[in-house]
Amino acid sequence: MRFIFKTDYDQDIRLAKHGGHVFWYGLLCASLVVAPWALPEYWLAQLTFVLIYAIVGLGLMLLAGFTGLFSLGHAAFLGVGAYTEAVLTNAGWPFPVSIACAGLLSAAVGMVVGLPALRVKGIYLGMATLAFGFIVEEGLARWEHVTGGNAGLSVNPPAIGGWAIDSTEGFYFLCLVLCVGATLAIVNLLRAPTGRAFVAIRDSEISAQSMGIHLARYKTLSFALSAALAGIGGALYAHKIQFLSPDQFSIVQSIDLLLMVVIGGLGSIHGAFLGAIFLIVMPQLISLGKDFLPEAIGQSTGLQGTVYGAVLIAFVLFEPMGLYGRWLKVRTWFQLFPFYRKGMFKRQKSFQKSDRLK
Amino acid sequence: MQLLQLLISGVAQGCIYGLIALGFVLIYKATETVSFAQGDLMMVGAFGGLLTMTLLGFPFWLAVIASVVGMGLFGVVVERLVIRPILGQPAFSIVMLTIGVGYVLRGVITMIPNIGTDTHTLAVPYAGEVVRLGALVLSAEQLVVIGVTALLCGGLFAMFKYSKLGIAMQAASQNQLAAYYMGIPVQRLNGLVWGLAAGVAAIAGLLLAPITFVHANMGFIGLKAFPAAVVGGFGSLPGAIVGGLVIGIVEAVSGFYLPEGFKDIAPYIVVLLMLVLKPNGLFGEKLRKKV
Repeated sequence: MRFIFKTDYDQDIRLAKHGGHVFWYGLLCASLVVAPWALPEYWLAQLTFVLIYAIVGLGLMLLAGFTGLFSLGHAAFLGVGAYTEAVLTNAGWPFPVSIACAGLLSAAVGMVVGLPALRVKGIYLGMATLAFGFIVEEGLARWEHVTGGNAGLSVNPPAIGGWAIDSTEGFYFLCLVLCVGATLAIVNLLRAPTGRAFVAIRDSEISAQSMGIHLARYKTLSFALSAALAGIGGALYAHKIQFLSPDQFSIVQSIDLLLMVVIGGLGSIHGAFLGAIFLIVMPQLISLGKDFLPEAIGQSTGLQGTVYGAVLIAFVLFEPMGLYGRWLKVRTWFQLFPFYRKGMFKRQKSFQKSDRLK
Repeated sequence: MQLLQLLISGVAQGCIYGLIALGFVLIYKATETVSFAQGDLMMVGAFGGLLTMTLLGFPFWLAVIASVVGMGLFGVVVERLVIRPILGQPAFSIVMLTIGVGYVLRGVITMIPNIGTDTHTLAVPYAGEVVRLGALVLSAEQLVVIGVTALLCGGLFAMFKYSKLGIAMQAASQNQLAAYYMGIPVQRLNGLVWGLAAGVAAIAGLLLAPITFVHANMGFIGLKAFPAAVVGGFGSLPGAIVGGLVIGIVEAVSGFYLPEGFKDIAPYIVVLLMLVLKPNGLFGEKLRKKV
């Protein structure tokens, strides 16, 4: 067991709480850096997708997990970022400028969507973002001379001047750098007053407001930041997948993104990464398991949906903190070995805040 | 005359949206949760009618009854097994849960060998018939949709107004705690409400089946019923039907008069405008929380 003796207030907000953190995260970074030489190309590509989805997941986690606003149209921000990047790159803009534009444009769109969020709550916000997602998808399909419509749009590799990053390894490092940057930014944000304000809004809007938090400003900010990360993720996604079509950014993608943060564990940074790993690894596992199932089930197109749905139901029912919550339990079990008690993580009886008045 | 024709087809489509939205509102009023599985329940209802007719050889009327009753029971079971254990958790968890239920339903339907992945027509006795009223040409399918919806609304209205069960449901949705004190079995009622919502969804599915086709993805139409529920005001039963009609008519008219592509997004533009201008919907009561 580890006891941390606090001798300084700064210890409460330090990024690495103790030596174990430094060691394990250092090890993780080191293994990610050597990954291109250790992994076959196929798995490296999958790892790149994990990093990209993790960036998007961080954004959605900030919105859904830390601010308590949920978006059913997040794929729209992804789409805005991806198409901005594709159009600008194909026009020959250097990568740093184009990705910044993708992020900023997504953020601007996010602010616009955030406006109804100031008036409506809960499910109505879900409806607003859902509606917005459909409108953007249709817009991408119809604005043909820019987006190529349903015929699709191919994307050039990222380039600065004459120097293009077109190898798998090079693009992997690009994603790694952006992903680490995004993670550090979000972790820092969450220990700063802004992040605290987000969490306060999530826990109770009324008490946040009475403590002087400007609800409208922070909700819009949360939407903008979340959309910006989705836009950056979308830009990388565009380069990785190299071919965009509007149906990649449909409601199904939005629900997949939500699924990612819920299964990963709402309200934890780790959850975004665990969820991204789940989203990428699960189809592989399913295709491995296919051969052991009867043909009617194994070959059916709905198998993936069924498994996702069943996993989602199981997590909501039995492990509301997601994969990260499960990991916390396992870790505590080892840390406290033989003293772990069953009731330690018992789900608190929580009561929904009713909208009813009487 | 053309406009009238458009309006009638819009109303018929709107009735379908309204029926699905009715399911949302019933569930929302009873448990303050939103079910994203409603569209998929509708799809399963349509498949239920199809399977009982083709595999078991039921006549149409029996297949309809079997499918609606079967879906009602299914709704009760779903409520008991997955919804009740987490009632009271944040609304977001329940939304995700119902999304999961929808995924599983859609996946399981596609796993039925030879049937799940294909597109089917439901052989209804009134298929293809038309009624001519002067210059108006009305297809029997649309008239049946409108007629059945009107009947169903009348029945539900009577139930909520006059029957003991309906009044108990109203009481439970107005104030759960007081309903408990009065000896109303609120939990059992919630189960029944889910059953009722699933049954209404099955009816919607069976009505929609002759107009479109029966296939595993027909549940996505449920996503257009959300705008209907929001336009009507999420907590209002008549609002759901009116909202459905508004959305159906807007869709039909914009599909004809506006450039291509607007048909699909017109409902969503309407709902965004509604949320910005009048977030409580046409019939929703204005709620203000007191601290």
